[in-house]
Amino acid sequence: MRTSSDVARRQEGISFLLVDMQTPGVTVKPIITIEGEHEVNEVHFEDVRVPVENLVGEEGKGWTYGKVLLQYERTNIAGVAMSQYRVGRLREKAAKAVHGGSPLNQDRNFMRKLAALEVELKALEYTELRTLASVATGKSPGPESSLLKIRGSEVQQTIDALMMEAAGYYALPYVPAQYQLDFPDEERIGYDAETATSLRCFNNRKASIYGGSNEIQKNIIAKHVLGL
Amino acid sequence: MDFSLSEEQSILADSIARFINSDYDFETRQKIAAGETGYSDEMWRTFAELGWTAVPFAEEDGGLDGGPIQLMLMMEQFGRALLVEPFLANIVLAGGVLRRAADTDQKSRWLVPLIGGELQAALAFAEPQSRYDIANIDTTAEKKGDAFVLNGRKSFVLNGGAAELLIIPARVSPDPGGADGITLFAVHANAKGVERKAYPTVDALQAAEISLEDVKVAATDAIGQPGHGLDILRAVIDEATLCIAAEAVGIMQTMHDKTVEYTKSRIQFGVPISSFQALQHRMVDSMIACEQSRSLMYWCVMLNAADSAAAQRAISALKYQVGTAGIQVAREAVQLHGGMGVTWELDIAHYFKRITAIDLTFGNADWHLDRLID
Repeated sequence: MRTSSDVARRQEGISFLLVDMQTPGVTVKPIITIEGEHEVNEVHFEDVRVPVENLVGEEGKGWTYGKVLLQYERTNIAGVAMSQYRVGRLREKAAKAVHGGSPLNQDRNFMRKLAALEVELKALEYTELRTLASVATGKSPGPESSLLKIRGSEVQQTIDALMMEAAGYYALPYVPAQYQLDFPDEERIGYDAETATSLRCFNNRKASIYGGSNEIQKNIIAKHVLGL
Repeated sequence: MDFSLSEEQSILADSIARFINSDYDFETRQKIAAGETGYSDEMWRTFAELGWTAVPFAEEDGGLDGGPIQLMLMMEQFGRALLVEPFLANIVLAGGVLRRAADTDQKSRWLVPLIGGELQAALAFAEPQSRYDIANIDTTAEKKGDAFVLNGRKSFVLNGGAAELLIIPARVSPDPGGADGITLFAVHANAKGVERKAYPTVDALQAAEISLEDVKVAATDAIGQPGHGLDILRAVIDEATLCIAAEAVGIMQTMHDKTVEYTKSRIQFGVPISSFQALQHRMVDSMIACEQSRSLMYWCVMLNAADSAAAQRAISALKYQVGTAGIQVAREAVQLHGGMGVTWELDIAHYFKRITAIDLTFGNADWHLDRLID
């Protein structure tokens, strides 16, 4: 939050405070996201008193800390391991005669898209490994981490689309309750979590928006990597 | 070439547009969708009174003799409104079968109340294993005396929960995956042996999984010539594909227009984000995609040969277009709306879900591209 507005640059005068959410004046308003779940909130602060010892680091250095954190966040959003897992699941599913139909691995269109996705993911994996190797020598991820965020989120969204395509009509029932533990098996619709593929796909449109939108990431690369 | 509408066509399109503006805003739509049945009976009766449910039927059947152009105009407006009432399921799908193949007696029993808004109906066009191949039917119909006995499973039956009349394609001769032997049966939804599992869909429509176990159907409830149901089914699904593609064009255009407006009002770094060239070019691409889709849509309906091979190919071309360029426009719209674009509160999210579901219905982009190659 801003602790001083008497600054030369907007990036100055920002500090990190730890706020106990039970403090009077803090209100939390749920935001329901596109697929119907509640995972984010609006948080409002009105005359909230926070002890000075809750200041993190130095006063006014929030932007500097934030930038480093965001670089790690970007590297993390890339989500290479999760994408590898999900691509593996797609391959497994493609080999099965789901619902008694012919397996998707006989559909060349689908398998070409899956193969192209795997190429992209392999490239991303090695780009990430290069970043990690650099971090291991003591450097921070640097503005190149924006690249991981851009391609990582795009790869995730391509996986989402292929998962929905694999589920076909079974991607469309809106039955979130069936993923509760006590839901009776015989009432379940779709093979495995087919009906959740759409929910994830819709929700994951956020991946190219949060953590600094992909447009902002491109600005960062243009400015700080290419020097434009 | 003349792309102008006839006076009657303009009146139809304008009256629907006016109705949506005055009686079917996004807030109303959300309330209806969140209700118990997922659509409004009252709205449905109003649509019948306004004559919308009569549009594609012949005058002698109590219809208004409308063709593909009228359907296109209606569906485009329904796309704009994100209409949740079961027009597609009742009028285009079930009604499409009845108008093409039902005999006089069947028409008086089902088509008249359907047009009157008093009968809810559904066409079971998919089975769990079939994906988009409508000929892939495992449901069987065995002749026993004066009746048929049906066994099988149907999936994603639009309006399947509310429907009193189910139209069930079944195979009367054992030829799995083949084109012969398909007959369309009218089945009462409460008939013994019919089990339905109804659910809302992610785009706020209603559908059901249906199983049939030794369901007895009178031979007089077979629609059309026994064994030749597939031709009817194909014609109906092609028309329905055109309809949802036109709906998608309405959705794309709305998402694009709203995005252009939004970027002009969203201030970032002290200026509207619409002033950034990187975003301007993307919105121009979206505009081009909308125009190209509209052109293909006009081409489709101007072929004016609903059941011909040429019309079928044109429909596939359009469905491919809205499944690729349309999805691209929708993704850009969400992205340019930023965090707001992925909230339930904003209509953009719901347009996005509907156009995504349209791509997965009656064959996705690749599936239709394949049909163009074949």
